[in-house]
Amino acid sequence: MARRDRHIAPLNEPGINEPVITVHDLYKAFQQNEVLRGFNFELQKGETLVILGRSGSGKSVLIKCIIGLMKPDKGSINVLGNDILSLSVQDMDKLRMRVGFLFQSNALYDSMTIRENLEFPMRRHLSNLDADEVNKRVMESLEDVGLAHTVDMMPSELSGGMQKRVALARTLILKPEIILYDEPTTGLDPITGAEISDLIVEIQEKYQTSSIVISHDMKCVEITADRIAVLLQGICYAQGTYETLVASEDASIKQFFH
Amino acid sequence: MKLSKTTTEVFNEVGELTYFTARFFREIFSPRFEWREFFRQCYVIGYKSLPLIGLTGFIMGLVLTIQVRPTLIEYGVEARIPAMMGLSFVREIGPVLSALIFAGKIGSSMGAELGSMRVTEQIDSMEVSGTNPYKFLVVTRVLAATIMLPVLSSLSDVIGIYGSYVAFNIRGAMTLRLFISEVFNYLKFSDIFPAHIKCYFFGFAVGIIGCYKGYFTRLGTAGVGRAANSAVVVSSVLIFILDLLVVQITDLIGIG
Repeated sequence: MARRDRHIAPLNEPGINEPVITVHDLYKAFQQNEVLRGFNFELQKGETLVILGRSGSGKSVLIKCIIGLMKPDKGSINVLGNDILSLSVQDMDKLRMRVGFLFQSNALYDSMTIRENLEFPMRRHLSNLDADEVNKRVMESLEDVGLAHTVDMMPSELSGGMQKRVALARTLILKPEIILYDEPTTGLDPITGAEISDLIVEIQEKYQTSSIVISHDMKCVEITADRIAVLLQGICYAQGTYETLVASEDASIKQFFH
Repeated sequence: MKLSKTTTEVFNEVGELTYFTARFFREIFSPRFEWREFFRQCYVIGYKSLPLIGLTGFIMGLVLTIQVRPTLIEYGVEARIPAMMGLSFVREIGPVLSALIFAGKIGSSMGAELGSMRVTEQIDSMEVSGTNPYKFLVVTRVLAATIMLPVLSSLSDVIGIYGSYVAFNIRGAMTLRLFISEVFNYLKFSDIFPAHIKCYFFGFAVGIIGCYKGYFTRLGTAGVGRAANSAVVVSSVLIFILDLLVVQITDLIGIG
């Protein structure tokens, strides 16, 4: 993603009825293994789209391409009106302020306290905020996920579910317009997984974010999805609501739901 | 002519390391510099390494003096012990010993820390939050290592010479003042300067190799162990190669 331009133009904005993310004809291969073979989808404003697929089908690769952590071999990705493949490093950083990413492994900085973890993105992007405002934002984000009491703890002192919540709080701290969730319930017990799924819905309703949730946890899919895109053999095999896909007679779709 | 797989891998590694090093010089001069992390690294790398480097320096001074003393007594030059120890510490033992201990402690911890950050997606997380992870993690660590090693080496020289004084006084009698005066009588600027300069190269080598190995860790937790291990091995070998080169160069230009 690292095209370096000295000139920093203001970022584009999407039109009123335009999708916030458009992925067109996306290809990505790792040596002989083609994981994405012409994937297409659109994410509308305020919508939660679940990308459903088997392990190793390329779901995480897809959202890593969207956030610019991986470069696709072919195709186009438009995020909030910006073609991310042609953005400069500086513009990409500006765009990333508006797009949150929740990692499968949580990716909390284990040498920092929870407070420092949450302050980290703010120190770079909102350096004009005073200490009181920073503290207020940190506490507000932690309260959103019900973990205000953990503010001075280390990530290693928290359970897996709590770490996931803190990671979500860190994602929320910059108030992103889009949140990408990479398998948010993986590694959690069913009850904690359902709590995280409920939290995703609560956050979507509170902040009116648009979200992409990568998952193969059907409970999470059922709770969070406004619409589902099934990633099979590198393409968007089917799209629809949870109810329409549950009712599908297609054997490949059925295997996810039954 | 077809190159073997190992040869190709070695060339690839050298190429990647060269690019990684070139990126350091590009990033260090571009805004913004991570001062807070840099000072934190100086504390971690410098202050926290001092006890180990000081202890090894002291023991080395003590042991060397005990071992060379009988031979020097045989030739009737026991009084030259302060000069000999001062010269050997400042010119060679201090810098190389400190650098090797530094490689073992700091090189491995950089490899392991950045390696585990890589496999747990913390480096990706930084990038996603709009922070340049190379600047935050690599530039600060390499610069801190480059600046801190000469300081540690100088302190190791002082502590090592004190160790020598302690050993000398086990079977002899010389005041500390006289011992130090003897050391400085034989030390010249041309002894101190090249030795000090080569410490910057050693520190840079340990920092860049440790960060490179950690930053590009692959294959999960096994890769973290491998990164830490190879950071120590490669930087230790590089320290000896750099030492050889610096000695040759300073000898050639006549300041050795």
